[in-house]
Formats: sequence, structure tokens, C-alpha cells
Amino acid sequence: MIGVEHYVVVSSILFVLGVLGIFLNRKNIIVILMAIELILLAVNINLVAFSAFLHDLTGQIFAMFVLTVAAGEAAVGLAILVIYFRGRGTIAVDDVNRMKG
Amino acid sequence: MSILFIVFLPLLASILAGFANKSLGFVVPKVLTTGALFIACILSWPIFISFLGGNAEAHVVPVLKWVASGTMTFDWALRVDALTAVMLVVITSVSALVHLYSWGYMSDEPDQPRFFAYLSLFTFAMLMLVTADNLVQMFFGWEGVGLASYLLIGFWFRKPSAGAAAIKAFVVNRVGDLGFMLGIFATYLVFGTVSIPEILHAAPSMAGSTIGFLGHRFDTMTVICLLLFVGAMGKSAQLGLHTWLPDAMEGPTPVSALIHAATMVTAGVFMVCRLSPMFEQSATAMHFITFIGAATCFFAATVGCTQWDIKRVIAYSTCSQLGYMFFAAGSGAYGAAMFHLFTHAFFKALLFLGAGSVIHAMHHEQDMRFYGGLRKKIPITFWTMTAGTLAITGVGIAGVAGFAGFHSKDAILEAAFASGSSVGTFAFWMGIFAALMTSFYSWRLVFLTFFGKPRWIQSEHIQHAVHDAHGHGHDDHAHDAHDDAHAHDDHAHDDHAHAAPDIGSSGPDYADHGDGTGGYHPHESPLVMLLPLLILSLGAVFAGFVFEHYFVSEGEGAFWKGSLVFPEHLLHAMHGVPLWVKWAPFTVMAIGFVTAWYGYIRNLDFPKAVVAQIGPVYTFVYRKWMFDELYDRIFVKPAFWLGQVFWKVLDIGIIDRFGPDGAAAVVARGSTYAQKVQSGYLYSYALVMLLGLVGAISWVIAG
Amino acid sequence: MIHVIAFYLFAVMTVASGAITILSRNPVHSVLWLILAFFNAAGLMVLVGAEFIAMLLVIVYVGAVAVLFLFVVMMLDIDFAELRAGFVRYFPFGALVAVVLLAEMVLGIGAYKAGAIVLGTPDGSAATPAGASNIEAIGALLYSRYLFLFEAAGVILLVAMIGAIVLTHRERGDTRSQKISKQNQRRPQDATFNVKPEVGKGVQL
Repeated sequence: MIGVEHYVVVSSILFVLGVLGIFLNRKNIIVILMAIELILLAVNINLVAFSAFLHDLTGQIFAMFVLTVAAGEAAVGLAILVIYFRGRGTIAVDDVNRMKG
Repeated sequence: MSILFIVFLPLLASILAGFANKSLGFVVPKVLTTGALFIACILSWPIFISFLGGNAEAHVVPVLKWVASGTMTFDWALRVDALTAVMLVVITSVSALVHLYSWGYMSDEPDQPRFFAYLSLFTFAMLMLVTADNLVQMFFGWEGVGLASYLLIGFWFRKPSAGAAAIKAFVVNRVGDLGFMLGIFATYLVFGTVSIPEILHAAPSMAGSTIGFLGHRFDTMTVICLLLFVGAMGKSAQLGLHTWLPDAMEGPTPVSALIHAATMVTAGVFMVCRLSPMFEQSATAMHFITFIGAATCFFAATVGCTQWDIKRVIAYSTCSQLGYMFFAAGSGAYGAAMFHLFTHAFFKALLFLGAGSVIHAMHHEQDMRFYGGLRKKIPITFWTMTAGTLAITGVGIAGVAGFAGFHSKDAILEAAFASGSSVGTFAFWMGIFAALMTSFYSWRLVFLTFFGKPRWIQSEHIQHAVHDAHGHGHDDHAHDAHDDAHAHDDHAHDDHAHAAPDIGSSGPDYADHGDGTGGYHPHESPLVMLLPLLILSLGAVFAGFVFEHYFVSEGEGAFWKGSLVFPEHLLHAMHGVPLWVKWAPFTVMAIGFVTAWYGYIRNLDFPKAVVAQIGPVYTFVYRKWMFDELYDRIFVKPAFWLGQVFWKVLDIGIIDRFGPDGAAAVVARGSTYAQKVQSGYLYSYALVMLLGLVGAISWVIAG
Repeated sequence: MIHVIAFYLFAVMTVASGAITILSRNPVHSVLWLILAFFNAAGLMVLVGAEFIAMLLVIVYVGAVAVLFLFVVMMLDIDFAELRAGFVRYFPFGALVAVVLLAEMVLGIGAYKAGAIVLGTPDGSAATPAGASNIEAIGALLYSRYLFLFEAAGVILLVAMIGAIVLTHRERGDTRSQKISKQNQRRPQDATFNVKPEVGKGVQL
């Protein structure tokens, strides 16, 4: 039957995909943000799965908060992206090296 | 009780004047310090007179607890006995007069409060030295006068030569102080105490014992006394450690008068006399002292004959007279040494202050080649300096009376002769020869300065004075010439009490530059400067005659009363010397006078002819027997070289390189490498984070 | 049975969508595939019995966040053609790292299955009360024990909103907005002034 480990496997794969997406892509910053959303999604699935199998609603409450924060973070992240694009004219990852020390 | 006032009033005045500096103006510090000194002087003379009368007893006035460490205990205490009383009057009288004199001499000086504070500080330290009841307190005074000497020699510190001279004085003194300190340590080691009465009491018991020093056994008292004497050599500028005294003339003339004539340099003599019971136990040390004293006496006199700077002549004269005092002490005649110290203080201070008056009149020109014919211009200075010269050369009739130096110097020479030892005889002949030269150079000074034609037209200082005056217009000679001479240094001269009237009005028209004056007319010093000269000349004339009875007369000892060793047998021998010995000093004095008169008044080419004859000898003597060059080669250059090594190779090359600079360089290099990690690319940062995460998980799983 | 099929369907679709999201060349496509991933994840959650969270996922993530992504992607004028360079270079290394990570997670699961890892045991205080639906239970818990966090979450959203506005707001030169402070400062004596225009001439305001 479907046990908690199945959900954890799904969550892990999604997580790894998200992480891969962050540093594999050479395209643009938006993909990075989307990859972050994937990671958060994976975490959410994990939390909900455990909450259900342990009969503890705390997990779902926490998943709600993760959702909140993810939304907020997406909003601000995109705002920063927009401004950056306004200033730089490009969001190609290779050109984003302003933090070079 | 009054001793407390005598010693501490100058300190109080010094502190007040020093810290207030210019916030109270100039008059208040001057009045404070001078007033304190005069009070101290007035309190000192009764003490001295009471000892003269034979009524007073030696006593100790405790002041404060100092050290109580195990078996070593000593306190601040002031000892008053006959020896102290002599020094008290010398110090306070000369210091008070110098303070008064400085009102006039330093009237242009913008830093007057500091000067007077230093003078009073010096006086305090010297008084502590002479009233010391234990060796450590004496050393405190010893160092204190060294400090004050440094501060005062380098008073005009913006002048590089003054600063260098001050350092030289301090460093050379330090060498002597090392010996003194070792002596004190040895004393404590041997006697177990530093209290002077106890040491002197126990001294005879140590005769014949030995002490280990530098790996060998030596006679104890000899070692101690020699070490202590090394300190005296430094402080009193004896041969070997004398190089600082001529350079000390960089300080203002009142300083030279006070410190380098009357008081500080005599501290060495005082110390030897105070510790005379110790020195009596070591014949070697006494012989050594006699020898050094005699050698110094001779050496300084030869150099003094050749110098052109008026102050340097007097400085070498001081050095020579100190030599006299030491070989008197070395011969056992401590009373005679103190007597000469006493009279010397008066006439040497007189000579210095008189020279200061001349310098003041000649607008700070010190080279005697630019003097000449001053006796009509500054008569009071002339007469007082003549009195001083008569005193120092020892003019007097044997057995009758004479000026001050006559009594004291003759006593010394007789004592040296009467001591009978070979070194004593050596000292006697050196002393005789030095007396000849003393007479020669002293009269040479007087003749060059006060007699002959004016020669100051070529002097730069005079030319400055005249040029400054020219800016003020030049029509009315009778009036302007008088004003011009001091129009430049002006405003503070309001207290001028002119002893000489309007000089432009008397005699020929001085604006005629053919007379070698260049239009400059020296004027007499103000009354504040002349008064000390007059008082000191009284001392120079009468002090010997009046006080000889007490200091060196036979059978009495009533005056000294055990404060120093009073050798009865030596006194007997002194009175039994042959007649030629009694007349020898007078004879050589006359020879010296005649030679000087001949060379500097009668036949002005004579000196040049002599110099041409003895060429290299003259150069050698003129260059102070090349001592400075020798020391420079042996000590100064190696010290500098060592300093360079320590600086460049060790400090910079090793310590800095591996320490701070090294650390900084490593950090800089490390950050250059670390910089490379900051690429700025988001994905590489993310990659690193991921790697870290993987690592952490692996750690947890594996652990 | 149907439960298992549904699970595998949803799971496979989620993973595939996620993969294509990051691999896609067109950002708009990426967003759309992301949306699909969210939907399937919601389905997974419904299967497990957390329908409130599932709906929340759809409404918030899909309805708001993904749409926001879409807006931004379309607003920024991104040139597709010059992208994609350098991908192949890092792929082996990245794949290695991903495999390692995945392996570790699977290892963890295996350990759990073997009984070596003990899951935490809840004390039952947060369990669903009998007879209450998911949303009722969450509500009861949220407004009692986690009230402060709930309010704080609200503040976070407020801050994020204000932050986004502040960051991107810019003055456009050709618009004229109200300056409230100026309006409040205006005094009656500045409001009007009398002018005496000459005949035929205008006034300077």
C-alpha cells in the first residue's frame, strides 16, 4: 500500500529537481525562482504527508505558513527582478555578476 | 626646624611657578621663586653662624617614612651639621643671587616662569643632596640635580646645539652615576645599611677585609670608595668624565653660574668629604683621587689658556679648581677642600655673572676676540670681575692676608706638599703649574675683555644690533646712538637703571667707524644684575680671610666637629712646610700676571708668535686634548652603529617582518585568494550551497 | 486500488512537470508546466486527506503566484535565442551531485523501512477531532494555538506587498500626482492673489 515513504520519495525527487534547476540553468533568473517554488512545493508535500500519516495537524498548519512565505517571497523576488531588469536590461544568468568581490 | 623651610620652600615655589607657567604672568613666578630663595638664604646663615660659634650640635630632622622592606629601612630625613651648614649657605646664597640676577639677564625671555621654576627645582634637589641622612636620599638629590642640569642646559631647546649639550651632560653623568650606584650597592652589601652615620661609624672596622668583584678579591673599602669616586668624577667633571662641562655653557649664563660653578659640580667634593671616614680607610682610593684631581687641574688649566669663548675659559677654570678640591681631599685635607669649595663658589659665581653682564652688554657676543676696551663702558662689571680674578688667582701675602682664593688655594697646596706621598708631591707640582696657568688665563680674560682698543666691529651679533638700530633713523648721534644700542630688544628693558649716563654725549663722536666700534655702544647692566655682582665681590674679597680660621686652622676642629675627618697631623705638617712652598703660589701668580700683561697689553703679537712656535701642541690643547674626538670614536660611533643594527636588522627585519607586517601581509594575500571565490554569479553560489548541504547530509548519515 | 493508481498518476505527473519546468527553453512554457505541477501536487494532497491545503495550493500558488510569474515573464522582454549556452558543460557534475543527494534520501527511507529510524510520536493534541472535517479541525487549531503565528503571517504578507510596491514604484515624469503634504501646508493667503491685467495682456500664474 501507499505508505509515507512513497510520498517522501516523491518529495525528494521534486526537491532534487528544484535544486538542479537552480544551478544547472544558464537561461535566466526566472527559472531560478521557479525552481525555488518547486523546492517549496516538495517541502509542502513532505509536511502534509507526514501530518496525515502521524495524525498530527501541526504539519498542515506549518504547510500553510510555508505557503504564505513562498507567496511573499515570490512577490518580492519578482519585484527585485523587475527592477534589476530595468537597470540592467538583461536577466541572463551569466550577466548577473554584480556581486563580484 | 628651619631646615624644613630652607629645603622645601624652593620646591614649593618651583612647583607653583612651574605649573602656573604663564597663566600668572611673569612677575608672580619670579617673585615667588626669588622670594623663597631669599628666605631660605636668610634662614641658612644663622645656622652657619651658630656652627661657627661652636654652639650648635649636629642633629637630624625626620620628614617622612620611606622604605621599610625587611632589614632595609631608611627614611626621608634632613641632617644638619657643620658640613651641611657650609653647603647650605653656599647653595642658598648663590642661588638667591642668581635668581635676582636672572630678573635682568632673562628679561627678554618669553619662557621666564619655566626658567625660574627649574632654578628653584635645582636648588631643592641640591639641598636634598647636602642634607641627606642616607645614601639613597643623597642619590635622589644627585639625580635631581642631574635632571635640573639637563633641563637648564637645554633651556633653549629649540637650538639643536643646546639639546645636544643637555643630552651629553646627562649621559656622561649617567656613566658616573653607574659607579655611584654600584658603590651604594656595595656599601649596603658590606655594611647592611645605607644610613650615613652608621656607615661612617662602622667604616674603620672594614679596613683590611676583601670583597669579590668581577671574579677577583679586592680590598673592600678600596672598591667601595673607588666606585663612589667614579660618581664624583662624573658629577664634578673630573678628567675622563669632563667632556660635558664645556658644552654645558650652551645654557644661559645664570645657569652656568649656579650649577656649573658653585653648586652641582661641587656635589662630588661634598660627597667625598661627607664620606671622608670611609675614604680614610683606603689609601689606594685616596691616591687615585689625588692623582685624578691633579691631572684634571693641570689638563683644564692648559685648555683654558687657549679658548676664545669667555664662558668656556671660565668653565675650564671651574674644572681646574675642582681638580684642586679633589686632590686636597685625596691628600687628607678635607677641610681645605671644603674651604676652597666655599670660596670658589663666591668668586666663580662672580666671574660667571660678570661674564654674563659683559655678554649682555655686548648683545650676546661671547667671543673675546670681539671685545676690548670695555672697562670705561661697563665699569662696575669691570671692577667686580677684577675682584673675582684677584680672588681666583690667589693674590695675597703669605701669612698676612689676601683675597679669597689665596687662602684656600695655598692651604691646598701646602696640604699636598705636606702629605709626603709621591702622588701628593706630583699633585703639588701640578697644582703649582696650574696656578701659573690659572693666573695667566684669568688675567688674559680680563685684559682681552676690558683693555685695549674696541674690536667688536666685526662681530656678527654687534652688527645685528647696529643694523636693527639703523632702521630707527640715525640723525642725532648724541641721543640716537644711546637709544639705538638697545632699540631692538626693547620693551622688557623698562627696568633699566643705567649706571652709565648718556654715553653719546661724552667723548668723541662714536659714529666715526674708524674706532672699531661700528657705531655700537655697550651699556652697563641694570641694577638687578649689578647687585649680585657687588655682593659676591664682597665674598670674593673677604671670605678667605674671615673664614680661614674656622675651616682649616689647627687644633680647632671645633667647627667641623666630626662632620668630616679632620687630620690634626696633616695640619701640623702644613704649618711646617718650607718657606719656598709658602711663597711658590704667589710667585707663579705673579709670573702668570706678567706674561698675560705682556702678551695682551704690551706686545699684542706675542701670543701669535708663541702659537706659531708650538704649532701642533697648541692645536692639541685648543682641541681639548682631543677627548671629544676620542670618545666619539670609541663610544659614540659604536653605539650608533649598534643602534642601527638593532633598528634595521632586528626590529624592522625580524620583529616587524614576522610580527605585525607579516601578519598583515598574510592576511592581504589570503584575502586575494578569497576574492576569487566571490565570482558574483548566482549559480556558483547556489552550487556551493548545495555541495554544503550534500556534505552535511553525508556527515549525518555516515555518523 | 484506485487509490494506488491515482497516487502513481499524480506522482508521475508532478515529477515530469517539474522536470520539464526547468528544462524548458521558453519561460512561458516553464510557467505553464509549473502550474501543472502544482495541480498534481494538490491532487496528491487530496489523496492523503488534506483537502484544505490542496485547495489552498491551487488558489494561492496557481491562482496568484504562477499568474504573477506569467505576468513578469511576459512583461520582461526576454530574448530566447541566445540562452542555453553552457548547459552541457556542467551537466555531468550536476547530475552526479543530484544522484548523490537522491541516493542519500533513498537511504534514509530504506533505514526507516528497516525500522532504524523512529518517527516522532505526536501527543495527540493536534489530532483531528472525531467527526470534524479537515477544514474545521485546522480552523480550530489555527485560531487557538497558532493564533499569533497566523497574525504574524498576515503581517508578513503585508510587508511583502508593501515591499514589492516600494521596490518597483517609479516616478513617471509625465504624470502629476497629489502631494498631500503640500496641500496641507497651503495657507489662505497663498491660495489666491489679485492681479491687475493690462488690456490685451495675459497673466503670469
